Amino acid sequence: MSAIKDYTGAKLGMWLFLFTEVLLFGGLFLLYAAYLHKFPAEFHLAGKELNVVLGGTNTVVLISSSWFMALAISALQQGRVDHCKKLMLLTLAMAMTFLVIKYFEWSAKIHHGIFPDSPELLARPAGEVVYFGLYYLMTGLHGLHVILGGGLITFAYVLIVRGKVTPQDFVFLENAGLYWHLVDLVWIYLFPLFYLIA
Amino acid sequence: MASEHQSALSFFDRQPGTSGGITSWIFSTDHKRIGIMYLWGIMGFFIVGMLLGFLIRLELIAPGRDIMDQQTYNVMFTLHGVIMIFLVVIPSIPAAFGNIFLPIQIGAEDVSFPRLNNFSWWLYLTGALLALVSLFTGNGPPDTGWTFYVPFSSNVTTTNVNVAVIAVFILGFSSILTGLNFVTTLHRLRAPGMTWTRMPLFCWSLYATGWIQILATPVLGITVLLIFAERVLGVGLFDPAKGGDPILYQHLFWLYSHPAVYIMILPAMGVISDVIPVFARRDIFGYKMIAFSSVMIAFAGSLVWAHHMFTSGMSDTAVLVFSFLTFVVAIPSAIKVFNWVSTLYKGSIYTDPPFWYALAFIFLFSVGGLTGLILGAAGTDIHVHDTYFVVGHFHYVIFGGLGFGLFSAMHYWFPKIFGRMYNSRMAKISCVIIFVGFNVLYFPMLIMGMQGMPRRYYDYLPQYAFGHLISTIGSWILIAGLLLMFGNLIRGAFKGKKCGSNPWGGASLEWQIPSPPPHHNFVTEPVVDRGPYDFRGVERDECD
Repeated sequence: MSAIKDYTGAKLGMWLFLFTEVLLFGGLFLLYAAYLHKFPAEFHLAGKELNVVLGGTNTVVLISSSWFMALAISALQQGRVDHCKKLMLLTLAMAMTFLVIKYFEWSAKIHHGIFPDSPELLARPAGEVVYFGLYYLMTGLHGLHVILGGGLITFAYVLIVRGKVTPQDFVFLENAGLYWHLVDLVWIYLFPLFYLIA
Repeated sequence: MASEHQSALSFFDRQPGTSGGITSWIFSTDHKRIGIMYLWGIMGFFIVGMLLGFLIRLELIAPGRDIMDQQTYNVMFTLHGVIMIFLVVIPSIPAAFGNIFLPIQIGAEDVSFPRLNNFSWWLYLTGALLALVSLFTGNGPPDTGWTFYVPFSSNVTTTNVNVAVIAVFILGFSSILTGLNFVTTLHRLRAPGMTWTRMPLFCWSLYATGWIQILATPVLGITVLLIFAERVLGVGLFDPAKGGDPILYQHLFWLYSHPAVYIMILPAMGVISDVIPVFARRDIFGYKMIAFSSVMIAFAGSLVWAHHMFTSGMSDTAVLVFSFLTFVVAIPSAIKVFNWVSTLYKGSIYTDPPFWYALAFIFLFSVGGLTGLILGAAGTDIHVHDTYFVVGHFHYVIFGGLGFGLFSAMHYWFPKIFGRMYNSRMAKISCVIIFVGFNVLYFPMLIMGMQGMPRRYYDYLPQYAFGHLISTIGSWILIAGLLLMFGNLIRGAFKGKKCGSNPWGGASLEWQIPSPPPHHNFVTEPVVDRGPYDFRGVERDECD
């Protein structure tokens, strides 16, 4: 009577965990709201300095990765395991692309002397210091989640290869997908708040 | 699976086909073993926190320097707070007794995610070890107080706040996963016939607690990570020199830490709701209202955080709104107290030790709750804010509430866990000593606070000397009682009289199975056809 696989329970647990992730980011969004209210002009000016093309590209990259993830789950449910694995690799490639673009964005800013506690940044108005502080913290935490999500998808891939996640028992992949959609969703909020605020 | 032979083995025994030994505990996915490990950890840290409290009181016995310097004193009260809050109080009842009894009370074999449960315990252990590491590395243990207020924690102190906040983050994660596990378990694994309104109220309180753990703790997580980021990267989000606002830190911190108060007290209320009817031999009065009030507390408790900040310079409108909401939370708490008292009315009461602790809980929690209203009213709060009145108030709520709830739980479920009984007379004597010591220790704090004695001060004016002296003497009485209680329990675990499976005559499911519970809890899945407090035909087993 042990080890009963509870599909609904596993999904419920994952949704509860996603709530905690939303609230983790929620704290930062709250700070963002308070500081935007305090420094609207500075946020406007600082927002102009971010590269909308790169940010927009990343948004497209993440949304399509989410789409591939959803397709991968459907493929597994239909028993097309090889197709599912291809789609998962595509998702992972998109995640890597996102991180590489992010890396170039960050290093360009750091190259210009804009990073937390840098003399260059501290010489600017307080509102811009706060804006870039939030920018690095929020996109940094999000980037960390992209890495975690990628790790989770890789792990799901290994489980599929080993036959632990199968067309009959796919809840792990579904949950990894849910997590990945959350990562995507957070970015969909971050993008306008930082790149399009100007 | 469950053969006759297997069902005779308790969860303490080595299971056939396993190697036994320490790995069968620390890697165990059995909710009962995990609960026992939490219990030992919590008791160990309780003793540490108690000794720190003892040293703080000893320093305050007379004005001026007595046994330590200012810096050591700051470190002591910080450690006392951090250890007691994050390592003892928050995990206490849910992680220990919740783990052991929640699945049994709803007729389940285990929690929904047993491996995750084991992982939570490892996170607790890791967080505890990191907290210890912070004592001996860097520039000494943190001296910020358990609230880690900025800008002191982020820009001023050079002590090892970094490691301490990471420890808190990990402990918070452990707490989240426990809550998540319990909520899922209660939704998914209730036995046939175990409807929501047939669940013991202990389960209801853990359900409400689980939701607070899930929804509030992540905010603490991000808050302590922000302190870490401030200290390591110098981001400046809370630093006025860089455009930041320290008050926002307080909002984020209390956004978790006030709901956390209900993480602490709700499970204790659940214990009391289970204990009172068993010893009054009556169905609980107002079952649905007690269950509903737990959820109501969880909800309303999330909307009152800023009552910790009435003097921080918030707008008057905010102060009034938060003051009003604070009074609203008093309603569900009072519902519970009135229902417990109504349950006792015309009951045929057995005065066994768990009941004594439960009665002490009701009295002390009521004092704590009523003093809380004085703090929640914006006008009176200005006078007593940051004084010993606050210290007295939260010790009445947390120690008088959660602490006595925990002791009641220990005495109530002890014969179920160990299959033996402690010395009942000794348990009652220690209860009285603890109760007396508690009031001698904390009541003078309420008076001194009214007279204006500020909290966290190392030294004080001579006019407070008498109050502090009485309070310190109280701490000795309290500790004597606590040591007597722990000694009695530990002795009982090994040498106590053997007991039948139902020494109190409880009607909930944990009393229907052998003591200690067998590995898989139930040989066959139980079918529930009566409420948890329906005592018709339930007899008490005598201890031999």
